[in-house]
Amino acid sequence: METATAPTQAPPPGPPTGTPRGKARPGDRIFLGLSKGSGITLLVIMAAIAAFLGYRAVLAISKDEANFLTTFEWNPAGDPPVFGIAVLAFGTVVSSIIAMVLAVPVAIGIALFISHFAPRRLAGPIAYVVDLLAAVPSIIYGLWGAVFLVPYLDGLNKWLDEYLGWTYIFERTSEGVARNLFTVGILLAIMILPIITNVTREVFLQSPKMHEEAALALGATRWEVIRMAVLPFGRSGIISASMLGLGRALGETMAVAVVLSPSFVLSGHLLDPGGGTFAQNIAAKFNEADEFGRDALIASGLVLFVITLLVNGAARAIIARRKEYSGANA
Amino acid sequence: MSHTVQDKRPVAAPSRGTLAHARMPRWAPAAIAVGSVATGCLIGVVAGLESRIQWGLLSALTFVAATYFITAKVEGSRQGKNRVATSLVWVCFALAIVPLLSLAWITLTKGLTVLDGYFLTHSMSGLLDAEEGGGVYHALLGTIEQVAIAAVIATPIGLLTAVYLVEYGRGRLARAVTFFVDVMTGIPSIVAGLFVLATWNLMLGFGPSGFAGSLALAILMMPVIVRSTEEMLKLVPNELREASLALGVPQWRTILKVVLPTSIGGITTGVMLAVARITGETAPVLLLVFGTKLINPNPFEGAQSSLPLYVYEQYSVGTAASVDRAWAGALVLIAFVMILNLVARGIARWKAPQTGR
Repeated sequence: METATAPTQAPPPGPPTGTPRGKARPGDRIFLGLSKGSGITLLVIMAAIAAFLGYRAVLAISKDEANFLTTFEWNPAGDPPVFGIAVLAFGTVVSSIIAMVLAVPVAIGIALFISHFAPRRLAGPIAYVVDLLAAVPSIIYGLWGAVFLVPYLDGLNKWLDEYLGWTYIFERTSEGVARNLFTVGILLAIMILPIITNVTREVFLQSPKMHEEAALALGATRWEVIRMAVLPFGRSGIISASMLGLGRALGETMAVAVVLSPSFVLSGHLLDPGGGTFAQNIAAKFNEADEFGRDALIASGLVLFVITLLVNGAARAIIARRKEYSGANA
Repeated sequence: MSHTVQDKRPVAAPSRGTLAHARMPRWAPAAIAVGSVATGCLIGVVAGLESRIQWGLLSALTFVAATYFITAKVEGSRQGKNRVATSLVWVCFALAIVPLLSLAWITLTKGLTVLDGYFLTHSMSGLLDAEEGGGVYHALLGTIEQVAIAAVIATPIGLLTAVYLVEYGRGRLARAVTFFVDVMTGIPSIVAGLFVLATWNLMLGFGPSGFAGSLALAILMMPVIVRSTEEMLKLVPNELREASLALGVPQWRTILKVVLPTSIGGITTGVMLAVARITGETAPVLLLVFGTKLINPNPFEGAQSSLPLYVYEQYSVGTAASVDRAWAGALVLIAFVMILNLVARGIARWKAPQTGR
């Protein structure tokens, strides 16, 4: 970022003639004001999101008769109102972890495939196909997940229960369709695949050509080149890409809302239907909620907002530390 | 382990009178593949495994193992690892393609059962959920209006912010804007929806409307536009800026007449991709636009519908006819988004900036 913009800040080329610089013309001042104002607008929006969600959340939580963080129930319309995010937090984290475990290795594989393995002629179209995967609206993933993936995963769930049931997490205590956190995790993995792939691919493509060629010249195989020149260079890129994917998975709403059959039971059995996520709960409960119920949902949304903010902020901070990560003028 | 390159074997090779290792013939991977599929099926038949997926998994495992051991025997373990890595990477690629193909195929086949001219030109007015017929016109209209308004709000702010960051940006403000734009890209769409709900609807007391949805969509759209425009502006060669400035052209005219026209193709692409992205957003629309069965052409008053919301509603109803409609709506939505994508990329290719390299 810094390196890319530095040249524009340099004084106009040519020998210094002693003309006074920095004489702002009105047009310049207006234009600078407009563009600076837009930038500030964005900051204000971010601040406003935090402030208003926070305000509404405080309204709701102050009337909550139970502990907001540890309650396994969502009943803001009740008397007394009782609601808590424990189940939602658990479901959100678990489904995102499943998604990450599945998606990150595959995404790195695809990124390597595009950057180093695919035939040159195929690499472009393949990258395009991955972009298409990113362009599919989440509701359609949800529909596909509910109609195609859920019945399809039934067999896999049985198999996991039979052979890995002793691990507790893969034990099924209730029969039923696979509308569980595990299916949600798989679906989320597919949905976050493109963003992780795209960011890691960019990083891999930037790995220093000289290092790769040096390794090849020493007789390294392609895999050794990748292990010694590409992956170490791209490590921080992989981490931040994964966190960006995690941010997506945490906040995904519709796909989860369509696939999961929610319940306010916290269960470590991933294959049992039930559980919920922050976003899914908001979408599912919104229509029946009165104004106080909406405030309660906003409170849970605030928690989601803070979590994604932290995850994304960390990811971007890692990327920003890499100065090489910039445009063509660098 | 990590420095296998320093292995002495390649150096020792000339003593054997040749510089080359023993190599497997070109058809070897294919042969191993055929062999392992046969093995996988054989085990499947013998063990009586029902699921074809298990056969496939067994074949894949056999393939990886066989590739490693055969190559390791013939060409050395380093080559063996290389081949295993290659096949794993190919597997990853296949894993990404399978869901995309399946999704496209199902959406097409299921969507085409109801999709016709009638479906595109009629609303759900007066129709019971279990009834057949009905259409998507009200949702299509709503989507187009909401997305257009969102684009009108978000594009100028996004463009100007990008100009600020690239052309003027320095110091703490620019760094803060860059950072928060990046963070904003990751805001869950439902949070943007909740924000507009908390301000526009709960605090200012407006009812659900297409415009409220547009506000949330605009929030989601801005950072995307900033990012893509920023990338495009950075691609504009500095020589162009310097030439213009050296001629005494004010900076703002340089930006308007030199920098932006040079990168206009990429910027348009970015905006269209952002539009494509928000077209598919359901969550904020669900909270703010509310959905209706009727045609409401006024985005500023009363509930509207939108394509993703329509798909969600029809699926949630759960009758055979409504699920069919959901698929048809999904097909319309995906076609809409894909056309935007294709056109955007077409523009990107057509108007690719000349970077002089």
